[in-house]
Amino acid sequence: MLTRREALMGTVAGAATAALLTTMPEARAAAEPPSDISKLPREHVELVAPPFVHAHDQVAIGGPKVVQFHLTVKEQPMVIDDEGTTMQAMTYNGSIPAPMMVVHEGDYVELTLTNPETNQMLHNIDVHAATGGLGGAKLMDVNPGEQATFRFKATRAGAFVYHCAPAGMIPWHVVSGMNGALLVLPRDGVKDGDGRRLKYDRVFYIGESDFYIPRDAKGKFRKYASLGDAYADTLEVMRGLIPTHVVFNGKANALTGEHALKAKVGETVLIIHSEANRDTRPHLIGGHGDYVWEQGKFANPPEKDLETWFVRGGSACAALYTFRQPGVYAYVNHNLIEAAELGATAHIMVDGEWNDDLMAQVQAPIPIPTH
Amino acid sequence: MRLMIEAALAAATALTAVLGPALQHPETRAAPALPIVVVAPGTFAFRSPGEYLKNGWPVDAPERTVTFQRGFEIMKDEVSAADYAACVADGACKASESGTASAALPVTGVSYRDAVAYAAWLSAKTGENWRLPTDEEWSFAAAERLHDDSLGLPQESGNPAARWLARYRAEAADDKRDTQPKPFGSFGTNSKGLADISGNVWEWTATCYTRAVVGNDGQVAHSTENCGVRVVAGRHRGYMSTFIRDGRSGGCAAGLAPDNLGFRLVREKLSLVGRMRLLAAEALQGWLG
Ligand SMILES: [Cu+2]
Repeated sequence: MLTRREALMGTVAGAATAALLTTMPEARAAAEPPSDISKLPREHVELVAPPFVHAHDQVAIGGPKVVQFHLTVKEQPMVIDDEGTTMQAMTYNGSIPAPMMVVHEGDYVELTLTNPETNQMLHNIDVHAATGGLGGAKLMDVNPGEQATFRFKATRAGAFVYHCAPAGMIPWHVVSGMNGALLVLPRDGVKDGDGRRLKYDRVFYIGESDFYIPRDAKGKFRKYASLGDAYADTLEVMRGLIPTHVVFNGKANALTGEHALKAKVGETVLIIHSEANRDTRPHLIGGHGDYVWEQGKFANPPEKDLETWFVRGGSACAALYTFRQPGVYAYVNHNLIEAAELGATAHIMVDGEWNDDLMAQVQAPIPIPTH
Repeated sequence: MRLMIEAALAAATALTAVLGPALQHPETRAAPALPIVVVAPGTFAFRSPGEYLKNGWPVDAPERTVTFQRGFEIMKDEVSAADYAACVADGACKASESGTASAALPVTGVSYRDAVAYAAWLSAKTGENWRLPTDEEWSFAAAERLHDDSLGLPQESGNPAARWLARYRAEAADDKRDTQPKPFGSFGTNSKGLADISGNVWEWTATCYTRAVVGNDGQVAHSTENCGVRVVAGRHRGYMSTFIRDGRSGGCAAGLAPDNLGFRLVREKLSLVGRMRLLAAEALQGWLG
């Protein structure tokens, strides 16, 4: 779970940093003179698996820096439901979705991609926050046994999708698990539409996946020995455009029961919901979206008080909510068939005091009174 | 439904008088060699299923002592996929959702209605009287495997979410996550000799869902039964509409659902009159059919 990082960098920030900070909001207006990137501070960030996010500052401390991330491609069979259905998956770092990376607007992201020799496929990365080079895919084709690094500047604040995009088989890699989210925070933090700062206590990172698993003649999901074996049949199911599974975090029930998300009354959560391929419509049963950046980009004012919001396939959205009532909340894709039958349901257990003003049971169910 | 069965039996009883000694003893027919456990008479502490309210707040069901004066016979194992498939092949049962006909696996993906249809088929086939156990019978037979679903929370905390969260936590802690039906015996045998009690198959019972109000004396003041919903027994109790075959689809949005739905049956010991009734009912069916 996110814990706000101690302000270790705070003491380093001098006058120069202060100057940089004040100029940053103007940065997008025109092409600024290129900074000497080699002189910028560098930070290596260890990624953590979803639904959690690595520790980060909500407001940038100091000026832009070079933030280094390392992703390793793992091709591996993964169980995607409680019935044991197994998909030949392709992943960054072994999780679906891939880990979330967090930087601030104006930072430079330096990303290394390793494709171990034990893998079978060529992979790369297309980061939607990056400018040019097919989002990086053009520079980052790595065969098994290769590794590459590229750098891009995070010029726009928002939640962005990243995914694998190898020529000729992009959708297959994406729906096999190779997608994740990058969060570019405004340097001075996330704000409501009137310029007031919004803080969060936790980030929930929900990566929604649509999977297309072939079935045998009896209707049972097929299991394949390798990626190559699975390819042709999988492509056929994909072309039908009807997923067999729509799940959060790589597996039906990945975020329920013991793995349910947790929060407390009074806490504010930032929910980043990414879907790299297909539209979805998150809804928090019994709650709302206090502030929602439906398209995920913080330069736009958030919408307020939403009941359900829309995530376009190939984008990530950001929703901020403060829990006001205890209970078990279901966070669903409000195509309820996909939520209940295909898997797109998460649970959030919220502890705290009940607010009778917001809701009260006036009369518990009893037999209908007769007169 | 119950009324219709009663009526049919009454008609059959009338017939018995006519047919008299022409009827053969049912036990002359071949019955499948099902392992049966004889549950000995006894007494146990039992918490009724359903929801209980006291002073407007949900509370644990009151505990009461239940005595079985006579023992009863219950299947050692859940009904197998193969046995259920035989009923399907006879046209008396709807194919299960599990899609297997294995003799080593319990049938799953069956509704209460399917279970009742199977019991009727098996009874006709064997000349015996098979039925679903009540929740009381199941709980008694479950012995040390019975999960007490009381939460023991302070009453009237004023926080309606407290019980909800506690229930969710209790069930989540018990969530084994492997929902694939396992071969018979995988979950062991309990002290009464029943196999796989509280494994990953929840078992249909005949007991209807109840909502009751408990008075200050701890006794049920009044209750409402909904027989469109029956108790499913297992690692924790569930309440399912009679037509649900997959508990995960039939469960609620913010709770934990049974992994699989299956069943085992009780063999009712029939009095001589009961046997005659049953035979006569069959004879009647034969004439009409
Ligand atoms: Cu790839």
